[in-house]
Amino acid sequence: MAANLRFTVGAVIVAALVLLAARLIDNQYAYFAGYVVLQYIVLATAWNILGGYTGYVNFGTAAFFAIGAYGTVVLHKTTSLPLPVMIAIGGVLSGFVGLGMGYLTLRLRGTFFSIATLAMAVVVQTLITNWDFVGGSRGAYVIRPQKSPILGGNYIEYLFLLMLVLSVIAVVVARAIQHSRLGLGFASIRDDEGAAETSGVPTLRLKLIATVLSGGFMGMAGAPLPYYVTYLDPASGFSLSYAVNTIAMPLIGGTSSWLGPVIGAVLLGTLQQVATVTISSALSLLIVGVLLVLFVVAAPRGIVGWFQR
Amino acid sequence: MDVTLDLLGNAILSGLLLGGFYAAVTIGISISFGMLDIVNIAHPAFILLGSYTAYIANSMFGFDPILTSIVLLPAFYLLGMAIYTVYDLSFERRGDASIRGLAFFFGLLFITEVTLILVFGVDYRLVEAVYIGPSLHLGPLDLPLRLLVPAVVALMLIAALQVFMSQTFVGRAVKAVAQDPIALRLMAANPSRIKRIAFGLSIATCSIAGAILIIIQPVEPSIARDYIGRVFAICVMGGLGSFGGTILAAMVLGVVESLTTTIYGPSWSPAVAFGFLLLTLAVRPAGLFGRG
Amino acid sequence: MTETLLDVEKVSKRFGGFVALNDITLRVGRGERLGLIGPNGSGKSTLVNCICGTLRNETGVVTFNGQRLDGLPAHRRTRLGLARSFQLPRPFHTMTLTENVQVPILYAAQSRGHQGPTALRAGANALLDMVGLAEKAGKRPADLTQIEMRKLELAKAMASDPQMLIADEVMAGLSHREVDEILALLMKLNEAGVTFIMIEHIMRAVLAFSQRLVVLVAGRKIADGLPQEVIRDDDVVAAYLGR
Repeated sequence: MAANLRFTVGAVIVAALVLLAARLIDNQYAYFAGYVVLQYIVLATAWNILGGYTGYVNFGTAAFFAIGAYGTVVLHKTTSLPLPVMIAIGGVLSGFVGLGMGYLTLRLRGTFFSIATLAMAVVVQTLITNWDFVGGSRGAYVIRPQKSPILGGNYIEYLFLLMLVLSVIAVVVARAIQHSRLGLGFASIRDDEGAAETSGVPTLRLKLIATVLSGGFMGMAGAPLPYYVTYLDPASGFSLSYAVNTIAMPLIGGTSSWLGPVIGAVLLGTLQQVATVTISSALSLLIVGVLLVLFVVAAPRGIVGWFQR
Repeated sequence: MDVTLDLLGNAILSGLLLGGFYAAVTIGISISFGMLDIVNIAHPAFILLGSYTAYIANSMFGFDPILTSIVLLPAFYLLGMAIYTVYDLSFERRGDASIRGLAFFFGLLFITEVTLILVFGVDYRLVEAVYIGPSLHLGPLDLPLRLLVPAVVALMLIAALQVFMSQTFVGRAVKAVAQDPIALRLMAANPSRIKRIAFGLSIATCSIAGAILIIIQPVEPSIARDYIGRVFAICVMGGLGSFGGTILAAMVLGVVESLTTTIYGPSWSPAVAFGFLLLTLAVRPAGLFGRG
Repeated sequence: MTETLLDVEKVSKRFGGFVALNDITLRVGRGERLGLIGPNGSGKSTLVNCICGTLRNETGVVTFNGQRLDGLPAHRRTRLGLARSFQLPRPFHTMTLTENVQVPILYAAQSRGHQGPTALRAGANALLDMVGLAEKAGKRPADLTQIEMRKLELAKAMASDPQMLIADEVMAGLSHREVDEILALLMKLNEAGVTFIMIEHIMRAVLAFSQRLVVLVAGRKIADGLPQEVIRDDDVVAAYLGR
């Protein structure tokens, strides 16, 4: 417990320094780019709770992410709730979808689960595309307020701050799990599910917990998206690049600890922000794909693995 | 929409033809996933590669897409062997095939898609051939050659594979690998070599499947993803690795999709395959036509 | 006879058309050491899997410690005190030995009440010490020898604080001396109150260990009695040597 508290304090200090640095740079582009990197820290950390800790590969990041985003679109049109509340609701929605998904498929072998998540992404995308209330295939416009409601500055600074808080929460939770009874149970499932079950580990329940947590954080990461892009259509909300990035980042960083996804997200996120501006967005995605394949083939334990025994 | 009997009949017929095509798209997965237990989610990307090679040969030299794909079979076979060699060395030998193996193929899927976008852009591409356009008419039923030719080619491809699997030593060895790799090692056959051949075959089918895909519809790089759900849905429904089951499941999916398009409109059809897949996985993972 | 701990009543299991277990009835008393033998494919592992909940038997009832186990998932059975070791050791390969043993301690032995991390570490160390792996507590399974792997497998099974332990070929492939070492360990555990079912091909070990012997052939129980009598039984000899 004491260790968790120390870590939380440390994470908050790092976040405060990041915020201070952003304020000093005081460039709108820095906030836009920083938001994306932070969003990937949340997504990669969330993916890793299920994928890295329990070994169940989720290809459906885009679906969980988009559920959070479209939840906000609906709430924006029907209510005037503050954004943090919308984020919480987005998380709950995605968490529930994760639960339903898990009940359907987590009894099966891991590969079937992975294929099912791919399938779910397309089903959810089809539903959204055919749902006129949120704009259907034409997409939806969301008006971004001018001013941040707290601490002054632009609304984008507020979005940046929210995503910063969210990434601190996600990382603190991921680390706390890693060093807990739950984390040991997750790892036993990853290593040998049958042996875990005979050791008394309620594998199905633990996998459901991991799926709900993972899906919930992905939904929360997606919830502020409509305000960030101001125009959301299914093609961008469900972009394959979310799925590829959230898998590539933990695998490149290293999946066995909380640190891997963070390293991967910061490196790959920044790299893409730079490459998109200087080269092209398609080429920057190609780099991610190539790095992913290179790492899984040549460095199976990721960057974190280089510094361990 | 007013759905008449004629319309329904035509929907079912084109669904059956579409099913034949789906069978060709899936047969490679039935080998790699159904028999070798390799979750090659990049399979549809290789099919698309087949579509684009057919497109190049057709648009630049005016070659027939199907003939081109047959000529290119060895190239795809070698590509498959090469991919399996990397996969085998990196994952299977380390006993670490699950997460990283999946990520490996996911990466290949993505690399192929992005490369195709970089080379060809996101515009739809199509091919020209004499059988694209005309239809046979049987009373109120239309038989578009654009669908009939692919279905016939697909069934011929599967028949040829079936003969290969049951009549040759290598084919029987592949089946043995699927059932019991240890027994095969006792027979002094090298499972790695047999699996490499089988995986090569599975990728070789992508050449033909790709050619008939671009005959049926214009292609663009991202449509590979729509087929991931279809091929796995069919493969699982068909009972993993059974060729007969694959054809049957493909026909069922083709008809259901075609009916959905006719009755509810085309924007719903992608969800059909995936809905089927989710249902199959949830209710009957052994496959609708599988044993057990 | 002593109180019955495990009661297997008319259990059958089929795979498709293949009958793997045919009406097996079996009782094991508290504290008993039972040997279970039979040729390969006779259904021994299937029976263990049905008892432990890895497989579901179609018919029949398994009762443990007075409680019917129907439909209980494997982890619940482990928590009730029914442990097993696997024929091929299945360690958690990314974990240290200590962590390997902590999984069943945390999830089975302590599932009713929590103890602090100090007690947890002490418990794990005591178990590793018992099987003679204390010095390797910080190592990973990949660093272990064949016999050490078997010992870890036993330590993991014991970590769930079981009343009964089903030892599935824990001695296969070990040397003569190593077999004796494991046998001594199992005897020690039995004296501490653990009931045993031992599945084993090494006849010397089964005969030395078992108080009673059950023979399965082709999914049927063909003999059940004192070891010395069972191995002279005509049916058993015929099944083993072929007719």
